[in-house]
Amino acid sequence: MTALAICGGRLVDPASGVDAPKDVLLKDGRVAEVAGPGKLKGKNGAEILDATGLIVAPGLIDIHVHLREPGQAYKETIASGTAAAAAGGFTSVAAMPNTNPVNDSPETTRWMQAPERGAQVRVFPIAAATRGSKGETLTDFAALKAAGAVAVTDDGKPILKDSVMRETLAAAARVGLTVIQHAEDTRLTQGASMNLGPVSFKLGLRGMPAEAESSVVERDIRLVSELREQHPHLHVAHLSTAAGLAAVRQARRNGMRVTCEVAPHHFLLTEEHVGLYNAHAKMNPPLRSAVDRDAMIEGILDGVVDAIATDHAPHAQHEKEIEFDLAPNGITGLETALGLCLRWLHGEWKMPLGRVLSLLSAQPAALLGLKGRGTLAVGSFADAVVFDPKIEWSYKATESMSKAKNTPFDGWAMQGKVRWTVSEGRVAYAGELCAASS
Amino acid sequence: MNPVAATNRRALTTPPAPISPYPYNPGSLLSVLNLTVEGVSHLLWRATELESEDPILRDHSLAKRRIALLFYESSTRTRTSFELACKALGADTTLVSNLSSSIEKGESLKDTGLTLRALGAEAIILRHSYSGAAWLLEEATRLPVINAGDGMHEHPTQALLDLRTILAHLRPGIDKVDEQTLSGITVTIVGDILHSRVARSNMLLLPRLGVRVLLCGPKELLPEQAARSGPGIEIERDFDAALAQSQVVMMLRIQAERLAGLQLDLDEYKAAYQLTGQRLAAHAPRAVVLHPGPIIRGMEITAGVADGVQSAILEQVTNGLAIRMAVMERALLASEGGRA
Repeated sequence: MTALAICGGRLVDPASGVDAPKDVLLKDGRVAEVAGPGKLKGKNGAEILDATGLIVAPGLIDIHVHLREPGQAYKETIASGTAAAAAGGFTSVAAMPNTNPVNDSPETTRWMQAPERGAQVRVFPIAAATRGSKGETLTDFAALKAAGAVAVTDDGKPILKDSVMRETLAAAARVGLTVIQHAEDTRLTQGASMNLGPVSFKLGLRGMPAEAESSVVERDIRLVSELREQHPHLHVAHLSTAAGLAAVRQARRNGMRVTCEVAPHHFLLTEEHVGLYNAHAKMNPPLRSAVDRDAMIEGILDGVVDAIATDHAPHAQHEKEIEFDLAPNGITGLETALGLCLRWLHGEWKMPLGRVLSLLSAQPAALLGLKGRGTLAVGSFADAVVFDPKIEWSYKATESMSKAKNTPFDGWAMQGKVRWTVSEGRVAYAGELCAASS
Repeated sequence: MNPVAATNRRALTTPPAPISPYPYNPGSLLSVLNLTVEGVSHLLWRATELESEDPILRDHSLAKRRIALLFYESSTRTRTSFELACKALGADTTLVSNLSSSIEKGESLKDTGLTLRALGAEAIILRHSYSGAAWLLEEATRLPVINAGDGMHEHPTQALLDLRTILAHLRPGIDKVDEQTLSGITVTIVGDILHSRVARSNMLLLPRLGVRVLLCGPKELLPEQAARSGPGIEIERDFDAALAQSQVVMMLRIQAERLAGLQLDLDEYKAAYQLTGQRLAAHAPRAVVLHPGPIIRGMEITAGVADGVQSAILEQVTNGLAIRMAVMERALLASEGGRA
């Protein structure tokens, strides 16, 4: 494999505590050397990527994506979804099991990682916690882990039975897997298509109360507390409510291993963005109130939130062009996450760049135990993103590498443009040399 | 560690909510909010003019124009009223219902709309069981779309005909309305507000002419957030107290088809919210009684009140025809203006 030398850039590697001008040598899929500008010893014969004026950072990691394969290739394939990931600066994505069939077996878990899928970046399958995600019988966690699964979840179909959730947490703890919960008491959200509040009333839509999320978060934390001796790790997916976040904050204070992620749309948008039935603002959990949105920002800035994850959920255009109540939940997110985080978290809300990048790489890697990912320390995987932090550009959904275009961020201003995404030493994405600053 | 104090953070800039692109077509009537007060005034005036016009002359106003009625829900008065209104203006109408069309075969609303447009429909009147359907159809076809009821959301022509009925009783003889026309008037809307598109359209329209709207009903059918739908809306859960303040009382049907598992004790409901002759005589002996229909006698309203001297229920139906003539005239003439 050819060696790559990324030279002249500013290396921001929060996991190593580095923020300085550094050159990085990538060789055989690993980081071979990190040195001061012009000081790489082993770069002879290496292809040079000129990163002058650019930021060099660990490749981004999205621990919550839907790649739709197997079974729904018309929405997205592993190849197209990971191409979008690469375009967005991501080098690792963790794929949810709500495929068809549900990924509840080592066979499907391996199938998703097979070279024939044509993945542009590393795919880490997250397996179903129960067979068929039916919430009844646990899957074989040890076998799934051996096949490459990095966590278990019934995402989209929350585990409501206390006994099953307790068993899941205990069994996952035994094999060292994280349990990811989509926290939603579906008994409180029947027929609902947005957040419950003044906007849902005005639009004549049934609403999902915030308690549907927070009550499950609280229940899960209670179970984690009961199983304390076994050290289970609960990860709350796409947290969206102030009450849910408060519960996670309290659990952490009590020393429990409870982590959470927030999606860009939940810290940027509110229920008002549903406008007049914009199906691109329909997702689950739904866009919440301004108070909830502000709580997400607060939680990110003060460190309770462990990761930014996109919940990339591609759908075909015709599927979203129907009655709001009938349209499927979800929006794409892989290509907009970095631009939005830089624009808002860093640009508007002054979060240090290293912390923003950490939420998108080092912390999610640590959370799922992805060894050698989320850092550019010598010896780690050669996963890197090189971007120009100064370029402001406008996202165009029609130009997406994803098969799907269902995003509420079409036309939004993004800060920072990806120049290269390097996945295990290979350039997985090369952006335009110099996009006009607008 | 955190550089931004919690108090400052709320003052930080956040992305603004989107600006509505609707309506795309100036002839559309998706919501009562699509009309200015001046526009409402003009419609009321045209309704009166068209109503009294010689039917033979009137027949030329939209002669041979094609209007499609697209109905995804059963309907008696709205459908017939729209159809007669279109025909009174000379338009050709065609009715497409979900039960005898390709909709049954799974055709989407968008494709059905595009098909109707390709068949020459110049406007579509849509009744649909899902909120927001009219917006979807308008975006897809860019035709004038008249919302004849979308789920639990809006029913703008109903609010306009209710307004016409209220004016006939409380402000007889006036031919123009403005922001003060109904100042000092209280209209109580009673019952299943949560599931009612009639209530939503009325509570958004009437306050703009000066009306104070009181919403009355049990918590299950009237959530607190209803009062935050717009200005001039308050909640009064005590029916008798609400009646005592009202010049108009609008009764709503319990929408069994939309209760979605909600348990309601009907005897308790009747005891608290049924409009009886006794209650009316005791608290609002001069109030005008409205009901958008269909009425369920003995449920939200007694037969005696429905048929009584204070009832304007059948006047509402008649007013619907006049209002819908004006709305359809606007639909086709406004969109012509828009194209020019």
